[in-house]
Amino acid sequence: MSALLQAHALTRSFTLGGGFFQPRRTLHAVNGVDLVINKGEVLGIVGESGCGKSTLARMLLGLTLPTSGTVTLAGADIRTLARRQLAARVQPVFQDPYSSLNPRRSIASIVALPLEVQGVGTSAERRVKAIDMLERMGLSARQADTTPLQLSGGQRQRVAIARALVMRPEIVVCDEPTSALDVSVQAQILNLLLELRREFNLTYVFISHNLAVVEHIATQVAVMYLGKVVEQASTADLFKQPRHPYTQALLASVLTPEPGLGIPETGLGLSFPDPLNPPSGCSFHPRCAQRLPQCASVEPLLSPAAAGASACVSCHLYPVTSSPTGRPEP
Amino acid sequence: MNAMVLDVQGLSVDIATAQGTLHAVRDVSFQVRRGETLCIVGESGCGKSMTSLALMSLLPKSARRSARRFSFLGEDLGQASAKRINDLRGNKMAMIFQEPMTALNPAYTIGDQLMEPYLHHCSNDAAQARERALVLLGKVGIASAAERMGQYPHQLSGGLRQRVMIAMALMCEPELLIADEPSTALDVTIQAQILRLLADLQQELGIALVLITHDLGVVARMAHRVAVMYAGEFVEEGSARALFATPHHPYTRGLLRCIPIPGRTAPGEKLGAIAGVVPSLIGDFQGCGFRDRCQFAQAVCAQTVPMQNSPVGQSWRCVLSELPP
Repeated sequence: MSALLQAHALTRSFTLGGGFFQPRRTLHAVNGVDLVINKGEVLGIVGESGCGKSTLARMLLGLTLPTSGTVTLAGADIRTLARRQLAARVQPVFQDPYSSLNPRRSIASIVALPLEVQGVGTSAERRVKAIDMLERMGLSARQADTTPLQLSGGQRQRVAIARALVMRPEIVVCDEPTSALDVSVQAQILNLLLELRREFNLTYVFISHNLAVVEHIATQVAVMYLGKVVEQASTADLFKQPRHPYTQALLASVLTPEPGLGIPETGLGLSFPDPLNPPSGCSFHPRCAQRLPQCASVEPLLSPAAAGASACVSCHLYPVTSSPTGRPEP
Repeated sequence: MNAMVLDVQGLSVDIATAQGTLHAVRDVSFQVRRGETLCIVGESGCGKSMTSLALMSLLPKSARRSARRFSFLGEDLGQASAKRINDLRGNKMAMIFQEPMTALNPAYTIGDQLMEPYLHHCSNDAAQARERALVLLGKVGIASAAERMGQYPHQLSGGLRQRVMIAMALMCEPELLIADEPSTALDVTIQAQILRLLADLQQELGIALVLITHDLGVVARMAHRVAVMYAGEFVEEGSARALFATPHHPYTRGLLRCIPIPGRTAPGEKLGAIAGVVPSLIGDFQGCGFRDRCQFAQAVCAQTVPMQNSPVGQSWRCVLSELPP
């Protein structure tokens, strides 16, 4: 397998404030993220709200420019690719199917829009292709001329997926694609995504806060905390043996439908850190139950969890045994 | 600890719409005792929020509530005056809403909002109200409570706001607490903290808790009794343990098969799905609401389906007494 999409030292900061009396402040939404996504993989990205998941997704899509660092698609920096070229290969599916579809257009024309933008075929051919894709998503050709307003949330998400796939992209970046849906509809959409992955040989970046869903669909998982990846491992490995204390707390908070187990104690405390003023050293140390003296001052690097392990973790509990794969300190 | 707090029989909510009458809640019955948690679970549009609003007499003007019995601590609230309801609401029966961002008034401090129900219902003594607010803020795990009292909602994170909502609901020592999706808008780690707090407080204070949610994980971990709601009806009710072990209604089983369960569902495996859509509840509706989506549907399902009971106290509304595998 080869690296299809790669992020290198990806950073995005936003400047906030700057009112009359307020000084400008800098928010590092994504702070030095390295990711490698191989062809055919499903990379799950998990983390609490505000950890930079969505900003990362937008940078992978080329919708937000990084402050520094690069995203490469099959070896080419995406900034060197034309907008249309990139859009044909990397497509998004967003969380809210109520706001991501134009309410005034028919669903056939919504799905045909990428083809139109790319100048593929005639109008009639595009419509045929769009209807084919809608049928593949489980919508009927009869519905082709309805508007999104007439559809349910699950059907709208199917339209959004059809639009993403109509140009046969290599990578689909799904940002919380099932969060707005009921569980029975969520199951339908997850089944569809898994089928499509096999059928079209797709690579997914799958962002979600629902860990059970990520465990189900992803092959690799990256855990983010305050703009950084704190642990990355294969799904089976990460869920069997979470290494970073934050990952452990996240997994412990998952409420599986098993009666009688009660509500777990997360041990995380109440202090969610201020992203504008992140803690020194390891940004997780104020909430960490296993913190060491150096955690408050020395920032750990993302490095292999053990010699030869494929899993990476940034935590002082796992001393660096070989050269770090993380961002080198300046 | 076995005292009946809420006894509802045959609760219905009808809403007048331009297309006709929408039967949002249809003949729902349940009881909640002291120290007991009843979870009402269902998907969006099934009527679970309407049920909670009906209990609090907070329904929109176009909605009409009717019930054969609606008794709260032995008092018939179906016939109670608006003044009596106002006396009880926020006092002996309190509610926690889903959106802690919108349920708090942005123009008043946390302290003012916490003290308001106490000053209204319990005592005019502001010092006493302040004292109680500080105690409760401590109880819900908010450090430096005195400082928080002077802050406005926008200065608090979502998790803290939900804690303030819980403290506010507890100000007048309620007997009944209705929580409508209290943790849905929160992150998983914060959700676990809030639910744990709610469960601990409920045990400590012996409150009857009605928890409304769509999350089966929350239901399994919080509920003593579970009611599964579909198309305005309770289709199954029972203890959490029995219901999760042996669901009797096809919809309950369908729901349980929809969610990936770590350790039990193989990664990438096809999940169970419920085909079809929820029926429209406008106009007269007869028979089982699930029959169009049910793989075991028969002709008799179109007639009124009786409730069946099992010896362990599980009941379900289905013509089948045993679900085929």
